[in-house]
This record gives sequence, structure tokens and C-alpha cells, in this order.
Amino acid sequence: MLSPIILVPAILNGLLTGAVYALVALGLTLIYGVLHIINFAHGALLTAAMFGAFFAHRLLGLDPYVAALLLTPAFFVLGYALQRFIIGPASGGEDRNILLVTLGLAVVIENALLYAFRADTRTINLPYAFDVVDLGIAFLAVPRVIAFGAVIVVALVLWLIMQWTDTGKAIRAVAKEKVGAELCGIDVAHVYAVTFGLGTACLAIAACLLIPTYYVNPHAGNAFVLIAFTIVVLGGMGSVTGALIGGLFIGVVESLSGLYLGESLGQIGIFLIFILVLLFRPSGLFGART
Amino acid sequence: MAEPLLSISGLHAGYGGTEVLRGVDLAVGPGEIVAVLGSNGAGKSTLNRAISGLVRPWRGSIRFGAAAIERESPVAIVMRGLIHVPEGRRIFPNMTVRENLDLGGYRARTRRDDNRTRVFALFPKLAERQGQNAGTLSGGEQQMLAIGRGLMAEPKLLILDEPSLGLSPLLVEELFALIRSINAAGMAILLVEQNVVQSLEVAQRAYVLENGVFVLEGSAADIRNDPNLKRAYLGL
Repeated sequence: MLSPIILVPAILNGLLTGAVYALVALGLTLIYGVLHIINFAHGALLTAAMFGAFFAHRLLGLDPYVAALLLTPAFFVLGYALQRFIIGPASGGEDRNILLVTLGLAVVIENALLYAFRADTRTINLPYAFDVVDLGIAFLAVPRVIAFGAVIVVALVLWLIMQWTDTGKAIRAVAKEKVGAELCGIDVAHVYAVTFGLGTACLAIAACLLIPTYYVNPHAGNAFVLIAFTIVVLGGMGSVTGALIGGLFIGVVESLSGLYLGESLGQIGIFLIFILVLLFRPSGLFGART
Repeated sequence: MAEPLLSISGLHAGYGGTEVLRGVDLAVGPGEIVAVLGSNGAGKSTLNRAISGLVRPWRGSIRFGAAAIERESPVAIVMRGLIHVPEGRRIFPNMTVRENLDLGGYRARTRRDDNRTRVFALFPKLAERQGQNAGTLSGGEQQMLAIGRGLMAEPKLLILDEPSLGLSPLLVEELFALIRSINAAGMAILLVEQNVVQSLEVAQRAYVLENGVFVLEGSAADIRNDPNLKRAYLGL
């Protein structure tokens, strides 16, 4: 057993990493919960957002946290347009087609990024990137603390939208009862696109929170989405609460298994949990059992 | 009959390669209750789905007031005041009674509070349970909620699709009394039912659907006494 002096910082850092995982998972689970499809383009869109944050800093000199204010609405519009004008029409209403269209979209986006920016790995240098907060028992990196706070705020805003706005209620209605919603005069194609836009906007925020301490290359987003998918399965497909709690949990698991098994084996713990969930609780912790 | 509110002529519709409706003509006048009767699989649901835009007709025309609506989206049709309360209720089980009603008034948001007050006056049970999740209501209450949700959209014509399905005889009585009182306020109703006896009591006119065509039509009284009714309905 390790002493608390090592354990507590590992858990806290795990929670901070987990918050960003949770945000990526939130977008994925939101889209799954309403459109009932796995968005295979999620990773590629995260990568695109990371490039967006990178170039906002490189070319315009924008701090990533400022860039988030521009990239979030831009990616909402991008996600809306992708669903409304490409994924929706191309799938002709068949779920399995949507799956394939998003997969195709992922291939196109990744290769476009590869073509435009090459396979180079890039980072940005920010004056505060290595600042830490001293909690007495642990040092926490400032950008990661900011990320944690931002994710909590985003989750709260998303919850408020879903709970109290007419659009949020329409989204929840379509998620559970599409025909009933259509007969109330809710435009399902619009709701699908708004949901896809919200999921994509989550990625823009995640990208801006990641870029101060992470790198970007044309495949950078995939690692996160693989973990996010585990979180979605763990938390229950379509469950927003599940994505949040699952994200934090997976962050801690990764951090602790890194501690016990060595840094490079940290992700083994994640996939072990993935397999255990599939075996013993396939509906996830917060998922509706079918 | 005065100028019809809804008039359908030569309607063909189906799914994939299977034709379900094979040329139907139907009219509902203002303030009328018209019943469409038929056994399972006769094409009643397809007729409703075609009227409300959920299924694109193959051929034929559907007019609502002065407008041709057979190519319109479900949203556009709802906004015209043609409201379909679907079979199986299709309420939002994860949302409260009040949220369900408010979504019913999604296209009439400015008058939502007034409309909700009216619906609660009609269904005091729903007012009592407005904070409760709709999925926890009894079958009868869910049907009331589905109708209430439809009324929130300010219908000019209300299509009720198998509203008595799965209700106890007592609740069926209550339901038909309710249909009468909604109609008494002037609303036209297209009642699509398997419950022949009760439907013919509330309706002024009726159609009997069999294998995608109307085999009988006329005043409710005539249909009730028609010897062919049993044959059509039971498929004998």
C-alpha cells in the first residue's frame, strides 16, 4: 500500500484528467442518447478542434481559453451543419447508414488534416503552462485545475439547457419518443442537428482545455475518444450523469493503475474496467436496462 | 354537409413494396365526429400516418381546409391545426405531466398557459399529477395525457387513434363521454377505433375499412343496422 502522500495527489490528478475525458464522453453520450448512433467522427472532430485552438494561438495569438469563446459556437454550427446537410441526408433515416457516414466523415477529416498539416506533432507554449496550485498535500497544474472547473460549468449549463429550455425539452422528448415528438410539431431533423451541434461544441471546449498541456497531430483526438467510449459504456449509453461520474472515475483509475503498474500501463486499468462492465453490467452504471 | 374540413380522395399508401391503402375517399366536416372502424391490419393506422405526414402517400390528395397537405411535413401539418393523438399514446415517459403538455403546445407557445389551464379544467387528474413523471401514470391517465397534449396544440381537427385500446370498460365509458364533450365545444374529431358499438354511438358518420378500402360508409345509424357490418368487421 502506498502512502497517502503519493496516493492523494494521484487521485486528485486523476480527477482533473477525468474531467476532460468526461467532457468528451458527454458529447458522445448526448449524440448517442438522442440519435441512437455512435458518432465515429467524434475523435476526428476533437482533433480538428485541437488544430483550431492551436492555430488560434499560433496565427492570431489567442489564448486557448479566449479561443474557446470563438471555437465553441463555430463547432456548434459545424456540428449542426454536418448532421443537417451531410449525415442526415446521406443516411436516409437508417441507423446503420448513419454509423457508416460518421465513419466515412472521420476518414475524410483525419486525412484532410494530415494533408494540410502533415503528421507533425505540435505544441504551444504558454507562460502559465507549468504553474501549479499548492494544496499542501498535492501540487496541481493550473491548466488542469482550470479545465476541471470549466467542465463542471459546462456540464451545469448543459443540464440547465436540457432541463429548462424548450429546445432542451424537445431534445429529451425526441430521445425517448420520436413519433410522439413529431406529432407535437417538433422538427426532428432540427433537434438531431442541434444535438449533434451541442456534442461537437463540447469537443471545441475540450480541445481548448487540452491544448495548453497536450500536443496535437492528426490523430491526437482518437486516444481520448477511445477512453470516452469506455466511459459512455461504463456510465450507461446516453446517460449524461453517467458520462460525468464515469469520466472522473476512469481518470482516477488511469492515474492509480499508472501508479501501481507504471506510467505506460496506466490504460490497462481502463480497458480492464471496460471488459468487466461489458461482462457484468452491460447497461452501465446509470443506463436504462432494456 | 358544409365545406369539409378534411377531404381525402383516391389515397394510396404503403410501406416498401406493400400497398396498405388502396384508394380511399373520406371527408370530415366542421364540428363533426366521424368514425373510421376496422379490424387490426385493415389500414387504420396507415391512414392516420398518411394524414399527419408520417407516411408519404403514394397517390391521391389530402386537403385540410383550402390547403393540399399530402406532401407536407408533420410539423407543417401540426401548425395547420391537424393534430394526431397516436395509437399507443406515445407520451414522453421520462418527463412530467406538465412538460408533456407544454411540448404538446410546442407550436402554440404564446398561448400555452391559457391552453394548459383549459386542459387541466377538462382533466382535473392531470392537474393533480402535473409534477409526476408521465411514465408512472396509469393507462387511463396516460390516454388522458395524450389527448390533453393534443389539445395543447389548438387543434381544428383532432385525430384519435385507438384511444380506447387497453382501457377498462369503465374508463372506456369515461373516454367516450369526454370525446363528446370536446366535440360539443365545436371541435371536429376523426375517431379511429376498433370499438364499434361505442364509436357508432358518439359519431355522426362512419366508414368501415377493410383491406385498405372503405367497404361501408354512411350515417352512424345506417352503419349500425347494416348487415354487412359484422362481415366487414369480423372479416367473415
